[in-house]
Amino acid sequence: MSASQTTHSETFRHKGWVKSAHFVITFAFLMLLVSGYVILMSHPRLYWGKAGNDLTPALFELPISRNYHHGGWDKAIPFKNLKGSQVSAARTFDIFNENGWGRSTHFLAAWFLIITGLLYLLAGIFSGHFRRDLAPGRGEFSLKILWRDLVAHFRKQSSAPGKYGLLQKVTYLSVIFFLFPVVILTGFAMSPAIAANYPFLLIIFFGHQSARTIHFFAAVLLLLFLLVHVVMVIRTGFKRNLWAITFGK
Amino acid sequence: MKEKRLISRRRAIFTGLTSAGALLLSGCLKKAPPTYGSILRIGDDLTYLAQRGLLSQRALVMEYQQSDITSFPVTDIGDPANPASTKAYSKEYEALLKTDFKDWALTIEGAVAKPGKYTLDQLQKLGERTQITRHSCEEGWSAIAEWTGVPLAVLLKDAGVLASARYVSFYGFDKYAESIDMLDALHPQTILAHRMNGESIPARNGAPLPLRVETQVGYKSVKYVQRIVVTEQFVDPAQDIQAGWSWYNGI
Repeated sequence: MSASQTTHSETFRHKGWVKSAHFVITFAFLMLLVSGYVILMSHPRLYWGKAGNDLTPALFELPISRNYHHGGWDKAIPFKNLKGSQVSAARTFDIFNENGWGRSTHFLAAWFLIITGLLYLLAGIFSGHFRRDLAPGRGEFSLKILWRDLVAHFRKQSSAPGKYGLLQKVTYLSVIFFLFPVVILTGFAMSPAIAANYPFLLIIFFGHQSARTIHFFAAVLLLLFLLVHVVMVIRTGFKRNLWAITFGK
Repeated sequence: MKEKRLISRRRAIFTGLTSAGALLLSGCLKKAPPTYGSILRIGDDLTYLAQRGLLSQRALVMEYQQSDITSFPVTDIGDPANPASTKAYSKEYEALLKTDFKDWALTIEGAVAKPGKYTLDQLQKLGERTQITRHSCEEGWSAIAEWTGVPLAVLLKDAGVLASARYVSFYGFDKYAESIDMLDALHPQTILAHRMNGESIPARNGAPLPLRVETQVGYKSVKYVQRIVVTEQFVDPAQDIQAGWSWYNGI
């Protein structure tokens, strides 16, 4: 019997606002994931740079809808007065496109994520939650400990109950302060009106299509985190953990 | 006892928030297009109000270099010059295209002092702006092109737009149509283009005159523009909302 399967008497106590934020953000993230996938299905090609489309080379294409490698294009007509070989061509193929509800769902869910996320950040800073529970303690942060935690993680040994281990802290901090900000800001960079106001968004993410590609990879990493997180929740005492993040006092 | 108090406190907060929200919304929505009706449309309205309230409406979208120009896909509801295209075909347009738009004229009507028609020559004399901008399609792709045309603000001024005007609708020969509010209509980069990448507009890119709304996603930029109608009331000429699409697309 591995250590992870033992039940711990001491449980992590979550604050009410942490539980509420966790619930709303989880719900919003799942909505964003589903609607984001639907949006991606209408154009499953990803690019690098300022712009990209079916008539320009892609970084890669995902085989996720009938739009994958559809090839329904009319004869290409070159632009006469350009030095390069840019063309205009009309699409002859009726593509899969459910972006009407897909986009609106995505942005509605994004509202829940952003408003709850901001409240969570403010509460996290002013209540000392980040400092107390998530920031590595004095002398706690070292690559050695991180490595030890990582090895323990893959040997399926869980850290001490009632508080987070270093690997766990670093992971949570990366999700809160890196992946979520990146996924939100790359989303903003894709908005014509927001990017008009904050053109630096297009610059720091290397252009509109690069922002879209980074948005995709950040979402994939968040999904990966979600999956590992759920596996860990199950393996370290599903009932107890679920109780702690919902109704537990 | 404790539980009872908790519920009453929660109830007090909820009641307060709902009534405050209702008051705020009724104040705002008088000015917003009536796109509510489903939860998704409420979200669209919230985005519209937030982008109008929190962002500067004067900010220009990024303009690019000649070397950034890319190929440009045509992904619309059909070719208005092709009788086989059931949704978009227009006999009138087919005839105009054959004579190289010799007899073409743009109609402007509604809440303007001087409703009437403008030939391509007249439009070109009004004023000109050239911009290399990015077209971002809701599907996810984007394309960069150079557009030259008359700023819509200049045309509206020339037609004597009334102070009460609030929305501008664009009707294309392909039976496609869209409306935008006055903020986007008066935006300096909102133009009616008569040149693309240094040549007259190629037929399938919306000849002779496509609209460019650079502050919103691609489907607001109506091609093959035939008629412009200025209104005081909100209209949704393409039935975006009924078809389940957001009317405002600054995002």
